[in-house]
Amino acid sequence: MTLVTEAERKEEARKRMEQKVLGLRGDDAVAYAARQANVDVISAYPITPQTIIVEELSRFAANGWIKAKYINVESEHSAMSGCIGAALVGARTFTATASQGLAYMHEALYAASGMRCPTVMAVACRALSAPLNIHGDHSDVLGSRDSGWMQVFCENAQESYDLTLAAFKLAEDEKVLTPIMVNLDGFITSHCLERVNVLPDEVVNQYLPPRNAKLKLDPDKPVTFGAMALPDYYFEFKRQQEGAMTEAYRLTPKIWREYAIISGRRYANVRPYKLNDAEVAIVSMGSTSGTARYAVDELRNRKVRAGSLNIRLFRPWPGPDVARALKKVKAVAVLDKAMSFGAPATTLFEDIATTLYALPKQPTLVNYVYGLGGRDVTIAQISKAAEDVLKLARQRKKTVPTRYLGVRDQ
Amino acid sequence: MTTEQTPPPPPTPPPAPTPTAPAPKPYTPFLTKLADLPLEEKFGPGHRLCSGCGPAITMRMMTKAFRGPTIIFNATSCVEVSSSPFPYTAWGVPWAHVLFQNTAACASGAVEAINKMCEEGRAKKSDVVVVGGDGGIVDIGIAALSGALERGHDLCIICYDNNAYQNTGIQRSGATPLGAWTTTSEVGEKQQGKTEWQKDILGIAIAHNIPYAASATIADWRDFINKVRRAIEVEGPAFLHVLAPCQLGWRYDPSQTIQIARLAVDTKFFPVYECVDGVYTINRRVPSPKPVVEYLKTQGRFRHVLEEKNKWLLEKIQQGVDKNWQRIVNLERATNPAAPKT
Repeated sequence: MTLVTEAERKEEARKRMEQKVLGLRGDDAVAYAARQANVDVISAYPITPQTIIVEELSRFAANGWIKAKYINVESEHSAMSGCIGAALVGARTFTATASQGLAYMHEALYAASGMRCPTVMAVACRALSAPLNIHGDHSDVLGSRDSGWMQVFCENAQESYDLTLAAFKLAEDEKVLTPIMVNLDGFITSHCLERVNVLPDEVVNQYLPPRNAKLKLDPDKPVTFGAMALPDYYFEFKRQQEGAMTEAYRLTPKIWREYAIISGRRYANVRPYKLNDAEVAIVSMGSTSGTARYAVDELRNRKVRAGSLNIRLFRPWPGPDVARALKKVKAVAVLDKAMSFGAPATTLFEDIATTLYALPKQPTLVNYVYGLGGRDVTIAQISKAAEDVLKLARQRKKTVPTRYLGVRDQ
Repeated sequence: MTTEQTPPPPPTPPPAPTPTAPAPKPYTPFLTKLADLPLEEKFGPGHRLCSGCGPAITMRMMTKAFRGPTIIFNATSCVEVSSSPFPYTAWGVPWAHVLFQNTAACASGAVEAINKMCEEGRAKKSDVVVVGGDGGIVDIGIAALSGALERGHDLCIICYDNNAYQNTGIQRSGATPLGAWTTTSEVGEKQQGKTEWQKDILGIAIAHNIPYAASATIADWRDFINKVRRAIEVEGPAFLHVLAPCQLGWRYDPSQTIQIARLAVDTKFFPVYECVDGVYTINRRVPSPKPVVEYLKTQGRFRHVLEEKNKWLLEKIQQGVDKNWQRIVNLERATNPAAPKT
């Protein structure tokens, strides 16, 4: 753990005071960050609830506020492909999508990560068809879990801005060279107007100077990209991608520290809340983490020793951080906003369970699915889930089958 | 409140000059004789394509037309898998393969990135060439192709047409001709090869109002290489449809590749023409055309068409070929004042 001195805290507070405060929706905040980030090529296609991002960027381009080339492609498959092509010649690339768009570009996601294109893509998370639904859940991004992309989940508009900038830094590191998704919850974060502290352009300019790729399609040094690799070499490519994920995880403390120095905002891979003496923990990703903290306060008012954990970095999975945060609790409620049909549990639960399996003593662990298709989740529902899990722990139950919050059963 | 004055009437513009069609600038091809061909090889040796492979010849000729730094984006295809078996490569130029259907989109991103970085002195100006087979361009990649043509990127897109998905083992594509046998347009009691005509991919490309589009075959090296060069030189998107026979899928002796490509032109089966800013020109006129059967009988994939019971099919193919030729002649007459009157 990095210790922060009082002088550093004061300096960070001073920096925050100096920053401009804007009223931005989550999508606006992402577009604002992409404008400042010296992006070379934006290749984009509209889809709700991400569309504001590409609209804003188009407005910036039309007014000459960005130097990036803006390509209006004919599909999400081509949006990702345009980014891949541009990244291969050494450009910094950005795109945004959601839901069906992410599903449509699915195969291109693997090409981007396999060819080590450090593209940054904002995803305004949204449910998948059928039935058609434009509201937020995590089905789309969790469906892309194994595509070799890094993923961060933003809780609010401020995080959407900050994590978009930091994402470029992480993705383009020569030891990482892996694309990253910056996930913000559809409508809840993407369309909600909030106060956002933004950095001055020249500060971001220094933080993210134009990309200088070492390996690229260069006529002076002809190389072949995307060669065919059969059983004799394919495995090594994939193993190296996993190595890049490990490197990325190792690099994260440095990424957050550097970002804190320029912004005064200190992030970490996970955000524990009142977990020091907690008996029960609520684990979640994205905007629900704020609701979970309200639930924790409400439970604490009723003398229930609750805490919460927000998973900010989802891939690479911050296993040690999660284990450290949850090692003392007796019970954990894992809130997942996506299904994994026919599976023993949903994605986040499985990751948490795998992480805690290595601990000498495992807490009671229960899988909760909530908020599918944008269904609202309340503080009361989350509080009740935490209390139920604690009750199960007192009955010495390890786990129970998946439970659903706020669904009409049968 | 101030009284607003009526603004003075705008000055009458001078009478516009009578519009006359600007005379098309004569184009000087860079290649007139064999000695003009660059000696440097940028493709192969070392590729793993078949002997007598039409696409391999297409690639070698194509690279001879490059005018300077050039980057190639190659769709998944015979050429792609056979030229880049890791850790080897047959390419002496920067080359990338991403996926099957997205090559035109990848190249769109690359060419815009190069433009932007050139303006900032961060990259070298390079031509970007897209290569794909008929599967990757005519069928699965048509959306990416159409998008790239519509957006007007400065790309040279080359579709080498070997009339089927030869890489996966000779399956029918949108470019497979009527009557041709493939492993998914079989010959049997109820079906005599492919039951549909091929898609007019060059017509589709021209419909995007691009500055340059042309067809060519590998039988005429000068015509083909000059067309590649022109497609690279032209500002904006250019599209080339190149007939590249496949000895394995078309069922003929590998020594016959060029002969067969030539016969396709001599029987009017594959018209060689170009469309420059909307003006059509037939580049290979065929004053005394051979009957289509002369082309079909060279290839095992059409063997059943020659049978007596399939005479109707042969006639249908001949009629279709004649009709298509007349269509192109009409287009030339309608757009090109220099077209022959008869």
